[in-house]
Amino acid sequence: MNDALGGVQTALVLGGTSELALATLAALDLRPGAKVVLAGRDEDAMKQIRVPTSGGGSAEVTTLKWDAAHPASGPQVVAAASAALGDLDLVLVAAGILGDQARAEVDVEHCADILTVNLVGVAAAMLPAAERLRHQGHGTIIVFSSVAGLRGRRANYVYGASKAGLDALAEGVQSSLAGSGAHLLVVRPGFVRTKMTSHMESAPFATTPDVVGAAVADAVRKGREAIHVPRLLGPVFAGFRLLPRPVFRRLPG
Amino acid sequence: MTQQLLTGWGMTAATRAEVCRPASADELSAALASGRAAGRGVIPRGLGRAYGDAAQNAGGTVIDLTGLNRVHSFDEGDPATGRAATITVDAGISLDALMRMLVPLGYFVPVTPGTRYVTVGGAIGSDIHGKGHHLEGSFCQHVDSMTLVLASGQSRLVSADDPDTAEAFWATAGGMGLTGIVLSATVRLRRIASAFLRVDTERADNLDDAMQRMSERDGEYRYSAAWIDSLSTGSVMGRAVLTRGDFAAVDELPVKLRKAPLAYGPSPKLAAPPWVPEGLLRTSTVRAFNEVWFRKAPRQHTGYESIPYFFHPLDGVLEWNRIYGRSGFIQYQFAVPLGAEQTVRDALGQLAAARCPSFLTVLKRFGPGNPGPLSFPIPGWTLTVDVPAALPGLGPLLDGLDERVVDAGGRVYLSKDSRLRPDALAAMYPRLGEWRAARAALDPDGVLHSDLSRRLGLT
Repeated sequence: MNDALGGVQTALVLGGTSELALATLAALDLRPGAKVVLAGRDEDAMKQIRVPTSGGGSAEVTTLKWDAAHPASGPQVVAAASAALGDLDLVLVAAGILGDQARAEVDVEHCADILTVNLVGVAAAMLPAAERLRHQGHGTIIVFSSVAGLRGRRANYVYGASKAGLDALAEGVQSSLAGSGAHLLVVRPGFVRTKMTSHMESAPFATTPDVVGAAVADAVRKGREAIHVPRLLGPVFAGFRLLPRPVFRRLPG
Repeated sequence: MTQQLLTGWGMTAATRAEVCRPASADELSAALASGRAAGRGVIPRGLGRAYGDAAQNAGGTVIDLTGLNRVHSFDEGDPATGRAATITVDAGISLDALMRMLVPLGYFVPVTPGTRYVTVGGAIGSDIHGKGHHLEGSFCQHVDSMTLVLASGQSRLVSADDPDTAEAFWATAGGMGLTGIVLSATVRLRRIASAFLRVDTERADNLDDAMQRMSERDGEYRYSAAWIDSLSTGSVMGRAVLTRGDFAAVDELPVKLRKAPLAYGPSPKLAAPPWVPEGLLRTSTVRAFNEVWFRKAPRQHTGYESIPYFFHPLDGVLEWNRIYGRSGFIQYQFAVPLGAEQTVRDALGQLAAARCPSFLTVLKRFGPGNPGPLSFPIPGWTLTVDVPAALPGLGPLLDGLDERVVDAGGRVYLSKDSRLRPDALAAMYPRLGEWRAARAALDPDGVLHSDLSRRLGLT
């Protein structure tokens, strides 16, 4: 059960090595004795992960092999996590790949991979998770979307399209959960310096996983429905969405 | 049956449940059966005054008992033999309704907490205490017997005096509704000559002074409690206003009260506005309130007070819990044994240092406990503090206080709890194993569940 101060006892991380998800868990108050399931592709890496709890301890972590490239496994991973955890206090939807835009434009398979992993595979796990939360009458889903989904940009529109789809899906699930006791928070980070972006040049408003984690934890406690990190990206992208296309095209990147 | 989002009085951590409000014992059995079949457990709920999640059951069934509120019988007892008056009532009747009925007849409930808007069932499930605990113990010590509807649907009459059912009785006393649903109870009443209390009010300069005054002279008063200025620090840390008294005899009342000594007319004067600005209760406003409250109390004074004024001052403001704003609040109440005064001192010091804006901080000296394994009171001190849930750093602060409380051999009150670390529970309630065994005998299939029981792994 979540407690009055946002304390968490069980968490499922879809995308178990996600730096954003792990930073969020660290920033939240996982109660001593908390149980966490990390679900992802790289089991060796997930087995090395320590998730801290309040009071200086560590959560009891179990790992599940799950690949969002295989959407059919979505319901199974949620069922397996529920069997291990009981009620799901928190579900972090953080699986995703950045892909290679240039390659995706000429390689249909790569384009399909990005869309499958980031949207189809994630949806196939997120929807059963939402159903669980509706049934149990409480809990929070945190969906890591991206500002890239807010407008199709030349530099990353395949990734952007997958996140746009995810964002719409999340907003719909959020509405469907209204009054159910469960909540959904959409997180739209800008450029975050992680291993996923280590090969890229830093963009304006770049931030770090710890900053994102702290902002997400704060939003969960306050019951917010959507946040941008850094916060300034909210108005910036609201502005971008109003820009006429010819002007938008001329922006760098 | 309706789907509802429920919280406790602290308005934190809402969860959804199927809520049924039976109007008869048969409807109660039906609700219990359908809740059992639905598979996410069942918990009874009264007037929702538990501060945390004790009467919530996420995804499951919550049975609202307030529709079962009849009086079955009244026995005026026999003053000559000392046999107490008793009343047999449905569990959903409120102490407010009982007082309206009984005070004009010259009877009072055996124990009342700081609000009269609690049900008899809730009073049993929390084994509530009041200002009289140091002499009279908690609510269940005044219950002759009760009818418990078990999760199986069977009902059972249980009594502390019957060796066959005493275990079930005491497991239910403070059992947080997890042993069965109390359908009705026979409660012993106190005879009163008037509806007014003779109250001695005095100021204490600091916590040590307050504790000393209570230790020395609480025994002379049936009712005693101290309001503490939670924001005072240094040499005046814990400065307090003690109010102690007992029901007055008619001939000692002021003349104008003597004409109708049992007149009783409680009525809420105000309602909190439906929308309250965030941060109304901040350190500065509470500091100002505390200053006024302390200064307005006479250094030493004896006066006559009505039942609502003395016992239920906050009931004068309907829905006062809203003043903490949208994020709600936590009431932290712990008890530590005599000798652990330093723990109370440190707790107050840490809360003041964190500039915790609690305007309702109460210190009380408990008398002996009772056989209930989960009953909260232990002989010693209990401190109650209201804290806005949005106070920065509150989680680690309270976790730290829990540790001090455990070290001192104390515990927190489950009816107030909404955030305890689950691993501290067994240390706070060393007879938890005994309670679990009794509960397993009463509810072998584990049907009765609440958010509290899930969160703390209580069952």
